[in-house]
Amino acid sequence: MLSKRIIPCLDVAHGRVVKGVQFVDIIDAGDPVEAAVKYDQQGADELCFLDIRASHESRDTLYHMVTEVAEHVFMPLTVGGGVKALSDIENLLHAGADKVSINTAAIFTPELVKEAAERFGSSTIVVAVDAKRVEDHWECFTHGGRKPTGINAVEWAKRMSDYGAGEILLTSMDADGTKNGYDIPLTRAVSDAITANVVASGGVGTLEHMAEGLKAGGADAVLAASIFHFGTYTIAEAKAFLAAQGIPVRI
Amino acid sequence: MKVGLINYGMGNLHSVAKALEKAGGEVELVADAEALKQCDRIVLPGVGAFRDCIGALKASGMETAIRSEVNAGKPFLGICLGMQVLMDLSYEFGRYSGMGLIPGVVRGFPEDHAARGFKIPHMGWNDVIFSSEKEKHPVLQPLEGKQVYYVHSYCCMPENPDHLLAACSYGDYPFAAAIGRDNIVGVQFHPEKSQGAGLALLEAFLQWNP
Repeated sequence: MLSKRIIPCLDVAHGRVVKGVQFVDIIDAGDPVEAAVKYDQQGADELCFLDIRASHESRDTLYHMVTEVAEHVFMPLTVGGGVKALSDIENLLHAGADKVSINTAAIFTPELVKEAAERFGSSTIVVAVDAKRVEDHWECFTHGGRKPTGINAVEWAKRMSDYGAGEILLTSMDADGTKNGYDIPLTRAVSDAITANVVASGGVGTLEHMAEGLKAGGADAVLAASIFHFGTYTIAEAKAFLAAQGIPVRI
Repeated sequence: MKVGLINYGMGNLHSVAKALEKAGGEVELVADAEALKQCDRIVLPGVGAFRDCIGALKASGMETAIRSEVNAGKPFLGICLGMQVLMDLSYEFGRYSGMGLIPGVVRGFPEDHAARGFKIPHMGWNDVIFSSEKEKHPVLQPLEGKQVYYVHSYCCMPENPDHLLAACSYGDYPFAAAIGRDNIVGVQFHPEKSQGAGLALLEAFLQWNP
């Protein structure tokens, strides 16, 4: 049976792992290769690297980091942050990424996602959706959660899935960093609306939250950062808990 | 042990190369027939669309080169799309001829799969199921009881049941996890992304004497 995936996420800036709360208050959390090796040993199903300070100048640092990580761990790597063009995707794939996450650029140039999926395959293209509740619905935000777009997040996820994105990395900005759990209604709404895979992100504080995201939220994978970085739980503990809840995981 | 890793301008060569090196192989990126002749084994990786993959292999002359080396008995491993191009025909984005080294076709998951809650692509860790009536293929033996990493929307359907080496199931739809005959093995999953289980398969491939 297909296992639900547990994905530790490493926010990186200038080649270091960092962690913020609700997209601010950045603190240093270590060396990316060391973190990747640690998660590999713990049995993580995938790794996600998001360059939160992506800029033209820091591109080479990011490529170098991805190459180094890919030399040490043999599991799928998703890399995102500042991806604007097909050439950025190509460079990241060549560096050793397996999937590339597109966020802000997809909002400004939705056709980029279609072209990227045609050229590199759906399985390679992830669209990151940062959603925030606005009255009775959720809206997409860009630039690391700073700028509203007026775009309905569920409809947007559907469009990106239809354009060929193989996966939607869905972050609730209301929940992110709170440790109060994923936004379950948001996760369920997106999961029910699209054919692509859904990775729930933002707000996980306990293992119970992970089970909720996978069961009630209908997510295919759950992403978490701080609970793993700071050693609250290991991946193995998370999997043992989920397995006991009857959720298929790879032990 | 020199492994010729086919470089046709697509796919994630870096990952496959690093994994093969970790498994003990000496890897050479190969883009011409002469270089391929000097290799002991052939690995064809693949990410992307069938049409582009077979197109690039034909345009570069590598399709003919691979066929000639494989027919001469050199051990061959196709990964994901590198397995699918072994078939006669694929229905991905149209109808395209493959290399025809394994009789059969490549088709997508059933159309109602996503509507039934089974997301496409089939993405993540899933089983490798062996038939109890057949001897396990030596290259696949390390995968007994393990899960491996799959990412694909299309599946190989070999005509000859003897060519099916292992299966997997997604949403009650069984498909080929591995196919092969003689000196050819193809796997739908990505050994280079399957941590210990994947590296063990690559080691077994490097030691295989068909």
